[in-house]
Amino acid sequence: MNVFEWSFLAGVLTATAPVLLAALGGLLCQVVGVFNIALEGQLLWGAFVAVVVSDLTGSAWAGVAGAVAATVLFSALLSIPAVGLRADPIVIAVGLNLLALGLTAFLMRQIFGSGGTYSSPDLTGLPDLGELGLDVPVLREQSPLVPVALLLVVVMATWLTRSRSGLRLRAAGQHLEAAEAVGLPVAAYRHGVTLAAGALCGLAGAQLSLGNVTLFSEGMSAGRGWIAVVAVMLSGVLPYRLLLACLLFGVAEAFGFRLQGAGLPQQAADAAPYVITLAALVLAALWRRKRSHEHA
Amino acid sequence: MYAAELVEVTKRFGPVLANDGIDLAVARGEVHAVVGENGAGKSTLMSILYGLHRPDAGEIRRDGRTVALRSPADAIRHGLGMVHQRFRLFPGLTVAENVVIGAEPVRAGRIDRAAAARKVAALSERYGLRADPSALVGGLPVGVRQRVEILRALYREAEILILDEPTAVLTPGETDRLFEVLRTVAATGVSILLVTHKLSEVMAIGDRVTVLRQGRVTGRFTTAETNADELVNAMIGRSLAPSAPKRARPVREDPVLEVRDLTIHDADGVARLSEVSLSVHPGEIVGLAGVAGSGQRELIDSVTGLRGAVPGVFLAGTPVLAGRDPRVAYVPEDRHGRATAPGMSVAENILMGAQRELSSRWTLPTAAVKRRARDLVDRFAISAASVDVPISALSGGNAQKAVLARELTRPSRVVVAEEPTQGVDVGVRERVHALLLAARDDGAAVLLQSSELSELRDLADRILVLYEGRVVAEFPGDATETDIGRAMTGATA
Repeated sequence: MNVFEWSFLAGVLTATAPVLLAALGGLLCQVVGVFNIALEGQLLWGAFVAVVVSDLTGSAWAGVAGAVAATVLFSALLSIPAVGLRADPIVIAVGLNLLALGLTAFLMRQIFGSGGTYSSPDLTGLPDLGELGLDVPVLREQSPLVPVALLLVVVMATWLTRSRSGLRLRAAGQHLEAAEAVGLPVAAYRHGVTLAAGALCGLAGAQLSLGNVTLFSEGMSAGRGWIAVVAVMLSGVLPYRLLLACLLFGVAEAFGFRLQGAGLPQQAADAAPYVITLAALVLAALWRRKRSHEHA
Repeated sequence: MYAAELVEVTKRFGPVLANDGIDLAVARGEVHAVVGENGAGKSTLMSILYGLHRPDAGEIRRDGRTVALRSPADAIRHGLGMVHQRFRLFPGLTVAENVVIGAEPVRAGRIDRAAAARKVAALSERYGLRADPSALVGGLPVGVRQRVEILRALYREAEILILDEPTAVLTPGETDRLFEVLRTVAATGVSILLVTHKLSEVMAIGDRVTVLRQGRVTGRFTTAETNADELVNAMIGRSLAPSAPKRARPVREDPVLEVRDLTIHDADGVARLSEVSLSVHPGEIVGLAGVAGSGQRELIDSVTGLRGAVPGVFLAGTPVLAGRDPRVAYVPEDRHGRATAPGMSVAENILMGAQRELSSRWTLPTAAVKRRARDLVDRFAISAASVDVPISALSGGNAQKAVLARELTRPSRVVVAEEPTQGVDVGVRERVHALLLAARDDGAAVLLQSSELSELRDLADRILVLYEGRVVAEFPGDATETDIGRAMTGATA
């Protein structure tokens, strides 16, 4: 097994993309001080709507647009109570994650007539970059959303550090009262980033159900939204570090696939990404503690 | 025409009438002091002027025109700036970013950091507000942070600068420097509203004074034509009782608190205390002076047992016990950290440490706890809605009285008080002083640490000065502030 071949790298990118898109949304919320743990539910909801719209219209891009729009609406269920009415965002988010799980399963039976997994020859997935003329290794078989995700990392990093609005968002996240005292519209920022995270999770969901595969199955987000939350925590609110954290997960998942090919039981391979994520969390905590000791 | 006017401003919070038809007018370039006890409505009034609260009735005028201030953003637009008591700064941003935020210089869509740093440096220079524009605010001492807040207001071209209790966090030297800055700023035509309850400051820098009591204006004075007594009268509605006479009687009894050659190193091996020896006898108050960080923390933690069983500390001749020696009554500076458990009720906070006196079993007799708490609340004149409310709901002064109620009713012969009147108004201050003097007269040995020299001179029989972890001088209680102040800065007398 050679991990240094192009197809392995391609596998890493494929596995990373949906997690990264969702994590970018989570990071944006974290910047303004909204701890968004509803990524998992939004990711699943986005994946579902993408498949439904693509199936109805025959256009994968309509599916992407539908997923983004529907997930922005879904995230309003977080932003309105959590930001507008000052309810506990954690509680609301837990509710939304459960809602997404139940709602997609229910609607699936209503729309497609059966639960479990839906796929059909009529269901159009996102085109490969190769088909669009970008015939280079690694990217050849990726959907266009994969380079978009990578580009967004750069855009977000630059925007947050260099722009006026980026500075204001970071400031609002550090000290709410101070932001109000200098006249910043903090509530608007919070609504904005929560909805933007919804849009990014919509993209993430579409990438998962129309890019990585072309099907929807119940609970197919399979913890990726939670991995994204962990990536946000590991990132220290820095987009490039967020990319590294997501890549770690992508490597683990791609590696798991390979091991499965090499005869490792599927359950063990499936567990690999989560085990590695957990290990990363522990290591990061130890590293932080060591650093804070050195500073004290 | 006044630069800013509050006209018959009324603000109600639930049943509390915080501001009751208040008129306040500030002229251009004037330093206007707003004084009053805690809870007199000063902060509410300033919050209304800065758009943080909206008045229930009344109006605000700027240069004679009525303005609506719905948010700080409105207030900033109308030329108001505020230096908050609890700083409103972003710890993770640089000084320059903290100053320019909300009106950042931009070039080609990006923040022009060079221009920001340049502008901030120019302002620092002009007003003598030294701060490194590229330093992260989170690592700066409070004095510098305050300068950043002032710089921010000046950068936004505030014509009216509100400062809410700005000297509460400053050393005497820093206070002097702040006042110089404020005079420079006022000379450029900026009006300054200075909220304080320290009358010496009012007399030192104010042009005019407005006194508030219980939400109403009880006096308007020109500082040149008034005196501290008149202001006190307006503030508390009565004159202060003369402080108890100090006794110059020699103390013959053996000391109850004794420290012998105490040296303490921190984790980096730096000596925080070096060969400190002192003794406090029954019936005397020993004052502890020194600039912040001279070893007061380490010394007090040692004598209370909070640092463990430190060798060299003796209470009534026996070594101090680790973990809060029960023989010491301790009034900590940190009122909502060490002194009280903020989320617990007044009754529970007052009881803490005395629970075994009320019950030997594993349940507490609720009725007895409350009875005892109510008794102490009455005896110490604590104003609380009931003994069941969380102690964090009490004003600073009342919380402090509750702490004293708990500590001074312990059967202890040593009292350690740390900044006992910080952040409390003159009425409570007087009460706290009376309680400490009463404890002394009852034969307690009192160690009093305070950064207010006037407080030490009012109460202490002897004053020890800490400098870089050493006791560098001992003064009689009536020594001059100049002498003590010089010893505090390490100048040899």
